[in-house]
Amino acid sequence: MLSINNLHARIDEKKILKGINLEIKPGEVHAIMGPNGSGKSTLASVLAGREDYEVTQGTVEFAGKDLLELSPEERAGEGLFLAFQYPVEIPGLSTTNFIKTAVNEVRKYRGEEALDAVAFLKLMKEKMAMVNIDQSLLSRSLNEGFSGGEKKRNEVFQMAMLQPKLAILDETDSGLDIDAIRIVANGVNKLRNKDNAVLVVTHYQRLLDYIVPDFVHVLYNGRIVKSGPKELALELEERGYDFIKNEFKVEA
Amino acid sequence: MNNELSAIEKTVLSDYKYGFVTEIEADEAPPGLNEDIVRFISAKKNEPEWMLEWRLKAYNHWLKMEEPNWANVKYEKVNYQEIKYYSAPKQKKKVNSLDEIDPELRKTFEKLGISLDEQKRLSGVAIDAVIDSVSIGTTFKEQLAELGIIFCSISEAIQEHPELVKKYIGSVVPITDNYFSALNSAVFSDGSFCYIPKGVRCPMELSTYFRINAEGTGQFERTLLIADEGSYVSYLEGCTAPIRDENQLHAAVVELIAMQDAEIKYSTVQNWYPGDKDGKGGIYNFVTKRGICQGAHAKISWTQVETGSSITWKYPSVILKGDYSQGEFYSVAVTNNHQQADTGTKMMHLGKNTRSRIVSKGISAGVSNNSYRGLVHVGKNAANARNFSQCDSLLLGDKCGAHTFPYIEVKNNTAVVEHEATTSKIGEDQIFYCNQRGIDTETAVALIINGFAKEVMNQLPMEFAVEAQKLLAISLEGSVG
Repeated sequence: MLSINNLHARIDEKKILKGINLEIKPGEVHAIMGPNGSGKSTLASVLAGREDYEVTQGTVEFAGKDLLELSPEERAGEGLFLAFQYPVEIPGLSTTNFIKTAVNEVRKYRGEEALDAVAFLKLMKEKMAMVNIDQSLLSRSLNEGFSGGEKKRNEVFQMAMLQPKLAILDETDSGLDIDAIRIVANGVNKLRNKDNAVLVVTHYQRLLDYIVPDFVHVLYNGRIVKSGPKELALELEERGYDFIKNEFKVEA
Repeated sequence: MNNELSAIEKTVLSDYKYGFVTEIEADEAPPGLNEDIVRFISAKKNEPEWMLEWRLKAYNHWLKMEEPNWANVKYEKVNYQEIKYYSAPKQKKKVNSLDEIDPELRKTFEKLGISLDEQKRLSGVAIDAVIDSVSIGTTFKEQLAELGIIFCSISEAIQEHPELVKKYIGSVVPITDNYFSALNSAVFSDGSFCYIPKGVRCPMELSTYFRINAEGTGQFERTLLIADEGSYVSYLEGCTAPIRDENQLHAAVVELIAMQDAEIKYSTVQNWYPGDKDGKGGIYNFVTKRGICQGAHAKISWTQVETGSSITWKYPSVILKGDYSQGEFYSVAVTNNHQQADTGTKMMHLGKNTRSRIVSKGISAGVSNNSYRGLVHVGKNAANARNFSQCDSLLLGDKCGAHTFPYIEVKNNTAVVEHEATTSKIGEDQIFYCNQRGIDTETAVALIINGFAKEVMNQLPMEFAVEAQKLLAISLEGSVG
């Protein structure tokens, strides 16, 4: 589904990704871990198509298409979803209205008819129950005045509504207490199926207690330096990132 | 980011969508202004002597005045001797149905998406269509007449209801008020007149579409709206104009009179040609709009969505004379490219327990300048007057300007006056967030802008709000980047 080959990217003159290789198949959950500044969030941003980053080398294939040729909204249309580390606030724009626009824009991209109010409401009700989100949150302005947990839950709700092929969760656990992490993780788990995949980007292991990965990759200094089964995450938790740093001393 | 044009920049460069000229033969006065022209206009309209005298008085006063220059706008001075002060479509005869209207004209309305018959059929809006200076058709008149409501062109009102016009014209905006209102009083060519009798609630939104059509013709509309005791009316005004190479002056005067317990809601969507991306052409919109709450518990509410004109210079105001009267001003002003707007309101608290509320949303893009200028005046007898003002500015890009000039004069120490102001910027982050959800940049900007302006948009009647939202999106297409 996603095939990253020797991906290099930089911001301004600073090289951040220095040759990423990663293969994700339908039904899989991958976790990318690494110390601060290793390039985790850059990878998520580059995949989503953020303009600030320039891809200098490498290819990314997603669902049979050259991902790097697509605009961010086309990537969304193809079924790539990014749950933001810091979801933005848009005052005055109701969350429901925003999501309705998103759902219908994605449908338009796929050549499907827009959902009418009734059909949209039905879908919304169904997904609300699934990820345990309150109606009152959805009638408020997008993310405005939301608590950290509410923002992340809203991200997962949007994921449920858009039903992506690949969901990238960028530090979704940051700033959340353990209860909030559990709620968010439960939401994500309910959305998993054999046809979609999840890429969890995280600094800490704790989120992986709830969203159990099939593969764990350690990103350090712009490269994946170690990959392994879910136990690798526990090892990292125990030993800290220092052992990685010592093992892979590379010029920064 | 590279040097290529971003999608946003490309759309900013897209042409004005409503730029087209209707080919209708015009019956025009020669350019220039003198006493004979004033007489010519008055004679063309077959006006009574008192009206001509009033015009001449205004003209003579105007001669002694100087064009003001205190607004935060810069423009090439208007040469008043180059303007044609009268231009009427040749078609003189009154029409009984829309079918009799010039097909060219019908097309114009259709291009704007405001086809008369559709409006008539679907929304129950009575339209007094003004193209250039003469009313060409008034609908729903009979239905309104049954309730005693008078809704017609001001020319017609001068003929048919001279006592009302004579009593109220110039009573809120005197001919001596300012340079542009004096000019308007001398040469106004047409406009709308509305009278709602005592206790009548006008059952439909009254609406007028203005268009500036003949090249080089200044438009001097005159609107007079009187809501008698205990009555209610909601009036809509909207306009778009064809592309022009030279600047066109528009100096309208709108006067509202709300008697005891009466309420007037006046909504405007203004989308005149703003000039091209280099600031060439475009309409000068120098308007005087003022209402008076004459009696106790009267209420006047101005709502405006200003997206057009190269220069907008207007302050819809309310004189709160009656005790417990209320004034409201809700405004969204958008400036893009080289547009300049200096707009706001004056709330003059004279009566006791009067209330006013000001919500102004300024949106600037391109290299434009957007100023809010407002005065809250509390007179010495205005015990317990209350005002709340909120002025928010949104910037798109880093070459535009937003300015706020709030003036507060309080002469009664029981008054409470509050002012809040914010300035914010549309962020790349907000756009990217929308993009990532499958929403393209154009739509994203529209969503963000409409969110910002929501409080004002909510004040518009439904059918107008939809049009206004589209206008906001069109005016700001691609201005982030």
